[in-house]
Amino acid sequence: MGKRIAITGNFAIAEAMRQINPDVCAAYPITPSTQIMEKFSTFVADGKVDTELVTVESEHSAMSACIGASAAGGRVMTATSSQGLALMWEMLHIASGMRLPVVMTLVNRALSAPINIHGDHSDGMGARDCGWIQLWSENAQEAYDNLIQAIRIAEHDDIRLPAMVCMDGFIISHSIESMEMLPDDVVRDFIGEFKPKHPLLDIENPVTYGPLVLPDYFMEFKRQQHEAMLHVKDVVLEVAKEFQKISGRSYGLFETYRLEDAELAIVVLNSAAGTCKDVIDEYRDKGVRVGLLKPRLFRPFPYEEVAEALSGAKVIAVLDRAESFGGFGPMFMEISAAMLTNGSKPLMINKIYGLGGRDFMPEHAAVVIDEMKEVAETGKVKILKDYLGVRE
Amino acid sequence: MKGWRELEIGAITEAGSADNYNTGSWRAFRPQWIEENCIQCLFCWIYCPDSAITVKDGKRGEFDYNHCKGCGICAKECPGKKGKKAIVMVEEGK
Ligand code: SF4
Ligand code: SF4
Repeated sequence: MGKRIAITGNFAIAEAMRQINPDVCAAYPITPSTQIMEKFSTFVADGKVDTELVTVESEHSAMSACIGASAAGGRVMTATSSQGLALMWEMLHIASGMRLPVVMTLVNRALSAPINIHGDHSDGMGARDCGWIQLWSENAQEAYDNLIQAIRIAEHDDIRLPAMVCMDGFIISHSIESMEMLPDDVVRDFIGEFKPKHPLLDIENPVTYGPLVLPDYFMEFKRQQHEAMLHVKDVVLEVAKEFQKISGRSYGLFETYRLEDAELAIVVLNSAAGTCKDVIDEYRDKGVRVGLLKPRLFRPFPYEEVAEALSGAKVIAVLDRAESFGGFGPMFMEISAAMLTNGSKPLMINKIYGLGGRDFMPEHAAVVIDEMKEVAETGKVKILKDYLGVRE
Repeated sequence: MKGWRELEIGAITEAGSADNYNTGSWRAFRPQWIEENCIQCLFCWIYCPDSAITVKDGKRGEFDYNHCKGCGICAKECPGKKGKKAIVMVEEGK
């Protein structure tokens, strides 16, 4: 059994990395993820891990070094936020295209301009199409658990794709929570040994990584990446089942909260889900049938399963902590697509909230539920996409 | 041609496969070796980004024109003998 401790999200991630003991970490500090590498570098200095820590001059170099180390045959990890992830962008595609199971923690933060260091999901959503698996986490416990599971998912023989674990900047990364940490040996046994495919350091069997591939073969390699993504759902569930055995905590593709008989459903990622659950309890006490769905696996997105879980809802409010200017929020687009797959036609609204770390308060959740009630009663959506908690 | 199921994932291929393609035709300028000015320092061999300088028994041989792109790096780096370059660049077709 694990040990219950008080810890911040960043330190929980650093502890998970210590237990995972990767071969190589290449990172460049950026708020709010800096503390992860700061803490991890003390583990390296104190000899608590065998990791080769590469301190590089930028995030572009960090991801480049991760790619090189992973192709060489190592188990590789890193962490970043916001502009750091943006600077990695071209290398993110190269990691996934070369099928390198690099695992990264993304501490979600807004993108400039104006410059802002606080939590929103613009960074992760911007990397939506980079071919990385994305797991999102409500709190430190989920981030810790997700990171350990991400190693198994990314390295699985049917997958071999990089994975990022997302958690909210400051709200989770810098807040102390109560969390259960697994024993070191249990984590090590769970993740097992990394078995690289075609490592460059196997000089007896030399290979080329990153050749030029022209229109005659390019699509076949993209089709392979799509195929790998199709296997992710099953592997996520299989790994979650095993993880439950060592931790007692159960994970799925998403979490539902009082959703079974709900007429009104909120869909929201990460820390704001916790706030929503409290407010849902208050409304349930008043007899309002409201529930919540919190996606965990965002890439690949489990469309059918999400649609099934939401199929009883008359009204769905999708809360997005990221903007697609001139479009709907990224989560709203996924939920709309999901609802098309099973033909149930709920009324839907999209709320943009919490940008640049703007607090998401219980009264904001209440505003959303009140509006959903009105939509359910009138059968009419007044404003499809709107901002929540913004001054006029 | 192979389908996606038959290909190795991630486009990982045999080592040194660039050797199988003749890419020298991209060249606009051709390096020319003037052997009497050559001091066999092998700078050209170290600097050539396309491994297009052949070396045998530690001695520089001819250019591999099937792979030389004509970048001119070797000509720039070549110290030559007494100020006389052992590599000069000549426009192709001339
Ligand atoms: S011109 Fe460039 S490619 Fe050709 S031999 Fe010289 S260095 Fe190599
Ligand atoms: S760099 Fe010039 S002098 Fe040196 S080996 Fe090459 S051709 Fe000869």
